[in-house]
Amino acid sequence: MSAQNIAPELQQPLFEYLLRLGDDRLILGHRLSEWCGHGPILEEDIALANLALDCIGQASVLLKEAGTVEGQGRSEDDLAYFRDAIDFRNLLLVELPKGDFGFTIVRQFLFSTFSYFFLEKLQQSAHKPLAGIAAKTFKENLYHLRHSRKWLVVLGDGTEESHQRVQNALDELWGYTEEMFYMDQVDEALMNAGIAVDLQPLKEQWLSMVREALQEATLELPDPDVYQHQGGRTGFHTEHLGHLLAEMQILPRSYPDARW
Amino acid sequence: MAEDNGKLERFEARINAGEKIEPKDWMPERYRQQLIRMMSQHAHSEVVGMLPEGNWITRAPSLRRKMVLLAKVQDEAGHGHYLYSATETLGVTREEMLEKLLSGKAKYSNIFNYPTLTWADIGVIGWLVDGAAIVNQTMLAKTSYGPYSRAMIRICKEENFHKKQGYEIVATMARGTPAQRKMVQDALNRWWWPTLMMFGPHDKDSPNSGDLLRWKVKLKTNDELRQRFVDITVPQAHAVGLTIPDPELRYNEETGHWEFGEIDWDEFWRVIRGNGPCNKERLAARRKAHQEGAWVRAAAEAYARKHGREPGKAA
Ligand SMILES: [Fe+2]
Ligand SMILES: [Fe+2]
Repeated sequence: MSAQNIAPELQQPLFEYLLRLGDDRLILGHRLSEWCGHGPILEEDIALANLALDCIGQASVLLKEAGTVEGQGRSEDDLAYFRDAIDFRNLLLVELPKGDFGFTIVRQFLFSTFSYFFLEKLQQSAHKPLAGIAAKTFKENLYHLRHSRKWLVVLGDGTEESHQRVQNALDELWGYTEEMFYMDQVDEALMNAGIAVDLQPLKEQWLSMVREALQEATLELPDPDVYQHQGGRTGFHTEHLGHLLAEMQILPRSYPDARW
Repeated sequence: MAEDNGKLERFEARINAGEKIEPKDWMPERYRQQLIRMMSQHAHSEVVGMLPEGNWITRAPSLRRKMVLLAKVQDEAGHGHYLYSATETLGVTREEMLEKLLSGKAKYSNIFNYPTLTWADIGVIGWLVDGAAIVNQTMLAKTSYGPYSRAMIRICKEENFHKKQGYEIVATMARGTPAQRKMVQDALNRWWWPTLMMFGPHDKDSPNSGDLLRWKVKLKTNDELRQRFVDITVPQAHAVGLTIPDPELRYNEETGHWEFGEIDWDEFWRVIRGNGPCNKERLAARRKAHQEGAWVRAAAEAYARKHGREPGKAA
């Protein structure tokens, strides 16, 4: 329904933009869901399943909207299950294996902090369906941020071992944070139409919120000159994504004529 | 001793009057021990039960199915959590219960020692295993111990939803492609008998049943519950064109019950004694999660010691 009132030259960028947002949450949700039944305490099995459910739910509405904008009749499931790794547009950050609990928490904290500022702005998007999705996602993300920040502080300021583990995770993940602020002609075209968010100004806000949490967690800010990996937004992924998709997509790919 | 006898009489009189026993009330030690055994086994079953279904979360065939399954497995974690708390009212800690599970001393439902081989298993588990749990828990909702009864009432609502989503998967696959129909019939063939075993041995072979029935911890026998489950489930199988894998199954017009063949009790005891297809994997998975989570729990304790509170909360 929303496809009609989009300028033809914006259709492709908007489709691409929605894929980026949807894929981030689909892949992150997948990684979170891997914890279900294997968490460090029963309460975390419940909490991480909550986060995973939110992310996959968000992915589902974003991909559905992407299908609508594309106008080729592809559903959210078609987009989730019948694209190859090179056609996925998620950040490298979210596809890295789940690691230990500290790694999962640090990744969630870095992404949720970014999402906090990003979704705050996206609620004003001129593309109304996207603004609506952003408003709901913003609320869910508040819990993700609070939960991951809480554990970041507990683990950072817990024992020597937990401190070292999260510091290592933070150092490793830092090289995947710059990509969150990646922008190209997709963003530019949509920014001019008031649809997309300018990510540049968010970086300072993000960094200062991260800095403040790290301080409370007694963690060190990683070396700012660490090499920054990029490529997810244009389909140049790590090897991990292909394995993730092989697992996720196996049933619809094996039985393309079946309904489940 | 005379005083104790008086207490026991009053206790049994209350039970016969249909009153609930609450944590602070006097109760015979055997009542307490039986409840700890049953309730902690129940809690362990919820938690171990997350594993066979969790096995398919990352491979669910649509985003909607994935979310429903995730929510279901999350519910089971919630049930475990709630039941551990209810069991703690009897004077045992969650750590003690967990230790018994991980050391292999405590039991959990045998059914979770079977593997989930195809997506159809997810449907059949919801339909049969949650269906059997509902039959059992509807009875336990009337149990004489207050905290257990209240836990069952709350949990049963969610189990009904679990059964519904499972049956929906089964029905969808049963009217699907030949490959799907084959998968779902195969799953029913594998899960049918183990599900019947969930209700436990025949009444005559069930050593704990006497006291449990007298003290209204249980209100129906294993065989009564099993029969009720079969009567509910057989028509549901037929409604979607599936065959129950029991050549002796037949409807008795006079009694109004479905009669069924004998359970393979050798298999039942073999799995209970640790030699089911997945006993080792299930326990290993729980132990691994526990060991790998040790540093996290230690950190939370250390943090609480240092700050006397959780982060973000006032002291
Ligand atoms: Fe349950
Ligand atoms: Fe259930």
